[in-house]
Amino acid sequence: MADATLAAPTRAAAVPRGARPKRALSGRNIMIYGTLFVFSVYYLLPLWVMVMTSLKGMPEIRMGNIFAPPVEITFEPWVKAWAEACTGLNCDGLSRGFWNSVQILIPSVILSIVVASVNGYALTFWKFKGSDVFFTILIFGAFIPYQVMLYPIVILLREMGIYGTLWGLVLVHTIFGMPILTLLFRNYFSTIPEELFKAARVDGAGFWAIYAKILMPMSLPIFVVAIILQVTGIWNDFLFGVVYTKPDLYPMTVQLNNIVNSVQGVKEYNVNMAATLLTGLVPLVIYFISGKLFVRGIAAGAVKG
Amino acid sequence: MAEAQRTTRMWRNLNAKIAAIPMVLTTLVVFVGGTAWTVLYSFTDSKLLPRERWVGFDQYERLWSNSRWLTSIENLMIYGVLSLIFTIVIGFVLAVAMDQKIRFEDTFRTIMLYPFALSFIVTGLVWQWILNPEFGIQSIVRGLGWESFTFNPLDNPDLVLYGLLIAGLWQGTGFVMCLMLAGLRGIDEDIWKAARVDGIPTWKTYVLIILPMMRPVFITTLVLVAAGIIKLYDLVVAQTSGGPGTASQVPAMYVYDYMFQAQNLGQGFAASTMMLLSVLIVLIPWAYLEFGGRKHG
Amino acid sequence: MTHSIEVKDLTLNFGSVSVLKNMNLNVAEGEFVVLLGPSGCGKSTLLNCLAGLLEITDGQIFIKGKNVTWAEPSERGIGMVFQSYALYPQMTVRGNLSFGLKNARVPQAEIDKRVARAAEILQIGPLLDRKPAALSGGQRQRVAIGRALVRDVDVFLFDEPLSNLDAKLRSELRVEIKRLHAQLNNTMVYVTHDQIEALTLADRIAVMRGGIIQQLAAPQEIYNRPANLFVAGFIGSPSMNFLHGATVDGGQAIQLGDVKLSLDGYEGGAVGTRDKVILGLRPEHLVVQDHAEPGRTIAAVVELDEPMGADSLVWLKAAGGQMSVRVPVERRMDAGRQVHLKVDMSKASLFDAGTETRI
Repeated sequence: MADATLAAPTRAAAVPRGARPKRALSGRNIMIYGTLFVFSVYYLLPLWVMVMTSLKGMPEIRMGNIFAPPVEITFEPWVKAWAEACTGLNCDGLSRGFWNSVQILIPSVILSIVVASVNGYALTFWKFKGSDVFFTILIFGAFIPYQVMLYPIVILLREMGIYGTLWGLVLVHTIFGMPILTLLFRNYFSTIPEELFKAARVDGAGFWAIYAKILMPMSLPIFVVAIILQVTGIWNDFLFGVVYTKPDLYPMTVQLNNIVNSVQGVKEYNVNMAATLLTGLVPLVIYFISGKLFVRGIAAGAVKG
Repeated sequence: MAEAQRTTRMWRNLNAKIAAIPMVLTTLVVFVGGTAWTVLYSFTDSKLLPRERWVGFDQYERLWSNSRWLTSIENLMIYGVLSLIFTIVIGFVLAVAMDQKIRFEDTFRTIMLYPFALSFIVTGLVWQWILNPEFGIQSIVRGLGWESFTFNPLDNPDLVLYGLLIAGLWQGTGFVMCLMLAGLRGIDEDIWKAARVDGIPTWKTYVLIILPMMRPVFITTLVLVAAGIIKLYDLVVAQTSGGPGTASQVPAMYVYDYMFQAQNLGQGFAASTMMLLSVLIVLIPWAYLEFGGRKHG
Repeated sequence: MTHSIEVKDLTLNFGSVSVLKNMNLNVAEGEFVVLLGPSGCGKSTLLNCLAGLLEITDGQIFIKGKNVTWAEPSERGIGMVFQSYALYPQMTVRGNLSFGLKNARVPQAEIDKRVARAAEILQIGPLLDRKPAALSGGQRQRVAIGRALVRDVDVFLFDEPLSNLDAKLRSELRVEIKRLHAQLNNTMVYVTHDQIEALTLADRIAVMRGGIIQQLAAPQEIYNRPANLFVAGFIGSPSMNFLHGATVDGGQAIQLGDVKLSLDGYEGGAVGTRDKVILGLRPEHLVVQDHAEPGRTIAAVVELDEPMGADSLVWLKAAGGQMSVRVPVERRMDAGRQVHLKVDMSKASLFDAGTETRI
């Protein structure tokens, strides 16, 4: 099962297998395209509403219909969301959260991928006594509710003196990214013929040389998949951000929630939607650029060891 | 001489062991250690800080007599069952539709999957806005002339879970569709040829032959979706904040509030231990089915 | 003369499973030894132990008189060629050939010299700047051999190097490897499950089963005088006919059901009288004739024949079992025909049915 599921998603783009439709406008076709169309409306509606609302002024919102395009396009809500929106603590907009998220994202993505790829490599080619046991615990760990480990990690980070700091959160992301990324890399590396690894050893390459000179250059696609997975995952994180950082370090998602659900002042729906859209922009851009690699990345999440 | 060489060999292997240190620490200290610690301290009356004053099952008694916790559990069960059923049915139906040699397959996939790239916070806030009674769907239908139309799930304690469900399905069904589609495409092409030679109608082939063959994919999906449901937190925080009242409370929220807001750690530990228990109830039968039968998984 | 490779009491266990059992093997300098056996017999495992890719449980390995039991693969003075070629896909052919030398910090001038020499010997000069993906299977395997060649070592290890190639390429490269051996005159240990490769290439063949060397001898010796029933059955295609019987007349004759054959001319040890023996006759060592010769022939009925180009394989019912005989293809053998098979006892093998060893 394990290997089958990883292999299968990569073939997701392969030829469809269903029976060939006979006529262009058969009842069958109407049903198929009808279903797909109705669901597409469901999926697209929120994006449409977000964009439209964020481009309207408040008077127009109060007057009209949230689905209608703006009569008068204004970018004011976007500017306000970025630079002026209030969270209850301060009023310098989402920009602070954005830069916090960037600062959290970059080291977290790099560290988690380096650790997990080396780990997957060791588990594939340099098995030692007990390595499979640790791997099994690691994979099962992915299913443990985070809530069970929240507080022990607080203690751990406090002992290390990095509770409430950026590096504390980076460490947490590295830890919780490890199961899925290790699995991803291990499964990819185990498709590489073992003879290649043996040949490199006969050629005198050691542990790190084989990793850096042979495996890494061969595995660029899986590194891209891992980057996509981690960028979207870490960017979208809310719980760890709220638990392990202090308000001035809050990532964008936490700040967004504080802005929109803040009880003070008049609700500015256009600003809220602009802020929501801004927060969703990074993963959306990654998604649209990466295309099929994203599918492969999330499908990797479906794989068990 | 030979002994010296044996030692250098140990050194070489040492690199692999050094590389595995992060994994060993993570599994032992965080996953096993952290979980055990929380379970252990759920038997104390820890308040602001953890302390070793053992109170037996007191925290659990308090937990199960707390109406907010009971609501949380009830909500999670209703949401969980509905979410599982709808996610899998919609995911499978869409996957079958996508598998009919349709045109614009990539476009449809892109549309269905993009919500999955967005965070639950974004998802929750968008749907909060669309379901807003003053401006959203309700006001629009009323504007069309149906003055008595009511669709205000987020302010109605009886319907709020369905409001969450609409958002949750929006975010996650595309992903399940992708898993199912991969499962469909992973089935041997000869099965289709055989079914056609035997003259079995397409829908019958799906129901009688393909569906049973996809059992592993369904189980995987079930486990993934179920594990996600138990962790449900961000979506509720963003969309309803657990309200109106406590109508949309979920266990993860209860845990967070007691641990970090109410300064009642013991309660939080007990609640999170119950969450762990519910995951194990999902996970153990699955692990047994998947790995129990054969030795080399 | 020093041995090029010396394996002393080598034992390898995977957990509780014993893969190689107390193995001893000496390979002379310049010798071509083939490890032959069915899959799972431990032949590749033994090769990996020689290369240092597997840590052995017990015993010692010497290469050129040096104890390398615990040495790293790259320190053993070996070159290795793999079944899947195992070329580094992101490097050019030149990069593949020089990777090991760079790791060993050989000066660039020396690397260039050795790569040029290997390229010349293997005729891969024009391919040096290509990547492996742009090469054919045969070319890839030449590069893989080149990678062993540039290491300038005395011992070459081949792990089923031709198994991934089609039949035509396989025979071409087989000849090439033989030529290479004649030219370089270095020690080669070659693992295969293909007996044609073994018989054509080897100075000596080690037939293995269950982690034990069954017989280690020159190809003709193995073919003509298999040490036991397993070797006899494994070597030769179509395989040897086995007839169950007993020796009689103080070891002068063998009784196979109704048939009694004289053991006159049998080349082996003292036969004596034994209850249960197995007579092994190769299909090419039997002659089909129309008349019987008492004590020299077995009566048989033709069942079917399989023409195979140069000759044809005839299946017959004889001595209570099925036998096959190789005859020239021109001789048509119709089913049901009564014939007699003449036995050349000097080329037969006799096995004790209990111990399965050759008498």
